[in-house]
Amino acid sequence: MNTIVDILASAGLWGAVLRIATPLILGTLGAVLCERSGVLNLGIEGIMTFGAMVGWLAVFNGADLWTGLLVAALGGAVFGALHALLTVTLGLSQHVSGLGVTLFASSFAYYVFRLLVPVSGSPPTIEPFQPISIPGLSDLPFIGPAFFTQTAPTYMAIALAILLAYILAKTPLGLAVRMAGENPHAAEAQGVNPMVMRYGAVIVGSALMGVGGAFLTLSAFNSFFPTMVQGRGWICIALVVFASWRPERALFGALLFAFSMASSCVFRPRLMAPCLIRYS
Amino acid sequence: MVHQHFSLAPNLTVLENVMTGTESLWKLASDSRAGRQKLEAISKRFGLAVDPEARVGDLSVGEQQRVEILKALYNDAHILVLDEPTAVLTGPEAEKLFSTLKEMAAQGLSLIFISHKLDEVMATADRVVVLRGGRQVAERKASETSKAELAELMVGRKVERPVREAATPGPVVLEAVGVTVRVDGVDRLKAVDFTLHAGEVLGIIGVSGNGQSVLAGLLSGTAKRSAGDLVVFGKGVGDLSVADAIALGIGRVPEDRNGEGAIGEMAIWENAVLERIADYSNNGFVDRNRAVSFADSIIEAFDVRGGTPSSRTRLLSGGNMQKLILGRNLIENPKILLAAQPARGLDEGAVAAVHERILAARRAGTAVLLISEDLDEVMALADRIQAIVGGSLSPPVAAEDANAQKLGLMMAGEWTENADAV
Repeated sequence: MNTIVDILASAGLWGAVLRIATPLILGTLGAVLCERSGVLNLGIEGIMTFGAMVGWLAVFNGADLWTGLLVAALGGAVFGALHALLTVTLGLSQHVSGLGVTLFASSFAYYVFRLLVPVSGSPPTIEPFQPISIPGLSDLPFIGPAFFTQTAPTYMAIALAILLAYILAKTPLGLAVRMAGENPHAAEAQGVNPMVMRYGAVIVGSALMGVGGAFLTLSAFNSFFPTMVQGRGWICIALVVFASWRPERALFGALLFAFSMASSCVFRPRLMAPCLIRYS
Repeated sequence: MVHQHFSLAPNLTVLENVMTGTESLWKLASDSRAGRQKLEAISKRFGLAVDPEARVGDLSVGEQQRVEILKALYNDAHILVLDEPTAVLTGPEAEKLFSTLKEMAAQGLSLIFISHKLDEVMATADRVVVLRGGRQVAERKASETSKAELAELMVGRKVERPVREAATPGPVVLEAVGVTVRVDGVDRLKAVDFTLHAGEVLGIIGVSGNGQSVLAGLLSGTAKRSAGDLVVFGKGVGDLSVADAIALGIGRVPEDRNGEGAIGEMAIWENAVLERIADYSNNGFVDRNRAVSFADSIIEAFDVRGGTPSSRTRLLSGGNMQKLILGRNLIENPKILLAAQPARGLDEGAVAAVHERILAARRAGTAVLLISEDLDEVMALADRIQAIVGGSLSPPVAAEDANAQKLGLMMAGEWTENADAV
């Protein structure tokens, strides 16, 4: 019993929760944005894989880490544009198109990776984001190491969740996106072009997914594996529903999922097998 | 523009629906306070009360239409186009709309009111333009025209509503004795009695929502009795199942054409044989040739225009779909026909066609139970009339003794001293 309390009270667990939650937060925000505009984006799993690969590849070839994130965002945006073209302009099934984008993007990511990075015993690595200490806050007992020694993308993800919540709820642009998702005919009748809204939302949402994937290679870990997204995209799709399509709740939902993942990782070594959450 | 089918987002609030697209998309914050003030000022000016913070999906249909009108007014519209605005409204809601429209016209707005209902046009319009087949065929001042003239212009020929000839009703084919139907703990039908004779039309008049759908369900096999007896051809039948109703020869024209009458995504021939698919099957396979020729015979005999047997049913206009449903039932000369709101939403020409078919069935000896909320329709078709109010049926009155005033009172539930049993 004491062991459990010790674990729950350890700063390491809570630090891990935030770290594991980051790609989930980013992916879920992207999926929320897409779905609020009326497009289900099941390409998320592949887009995250592709983002993880191109972000890492850019840094491996000498770009700095922030440029790496930007490249991952652009890579995600390209596949978002493809998904938007298929579903919005051509009116194909969103489910089929999304699964197609996932299959294509993840295979393409591995193909490019293998083309440019030769097979070797241990995969090449980069120097990832380092934890940032926030003066004052990071020195607090428990709270400091748990919540204020994260890498920059984690702070950015939390800020983005708040920003997206504000945009959707309070700005005319957010209202137009929601209207396009709720009833495209109504949006059109009010002079808002729902096609433009959907393109914009899917492209920006997919860019967020790409950044979520890149967090794995540029911050949580330092090299790329083709299977490293490991279903996180699907968890994000589930989190969208869990969060009832609200960015601020997505933040909470991602933290809850991350807590259960982190605790399985922390409890397990003491009870039986080693931790199974890789690249966290 | 106010569309017949609303373009509103049910999950957003009234204010959000109204404000979408009215501000620059790149503004950092929506000025919802100013928007709400403007909305409230407009609602007040035209008497269109609605709560700005309410979810549109929670509003009644009449209120949703108010939101549609408010949307247009919020954009400082001077010309308002209303496409069949009363199609979804109840009587009192429509009355309210008319007074709002008059108020808006008095305040200097221009209104274009699109409708096929002559009463509404005559009640609201100053000038009337008649369109037919994409052409403008006439323009009249409302004060200088009549419903008859407009009807003629709309259809292109003189519309004569069919006239019911006198006839002697045959034997009783269907009788309800004290039937009560309880749905979810509420008595939707309360000990109703009626008899239906071969070769007569019994009209059930009432404002919709007073038990008509349960009464229709009782005869078509979808509602179960909780008390009373149903006697068909002299035999108590207990609770009818849908299959029983079909087997007994009860033809049914349901109230909701698209929902219950026909399946829009299926072909016309499939809808034609839907109720008797076993008759058009061999060893478990549908005999398509026979089914298609059956559909062809309906199309031919009932003048269904706008499709071949293999075209999709939803492509038919409302009137033609109704002719298909009527044809499917009447082509085999059913003993009993249940017609619920058979002419609702149809144009003048189609109404006349549907009425003519019902009277033809009556001549052929079919017993027709006509459920309607249209006084004129019931008075034109029915031999005897009963009013339905809150699940109770009035005693019948003969059509000769009925007039609009008397039926109006009956629809309001006042029949004890007014109606004399026939």
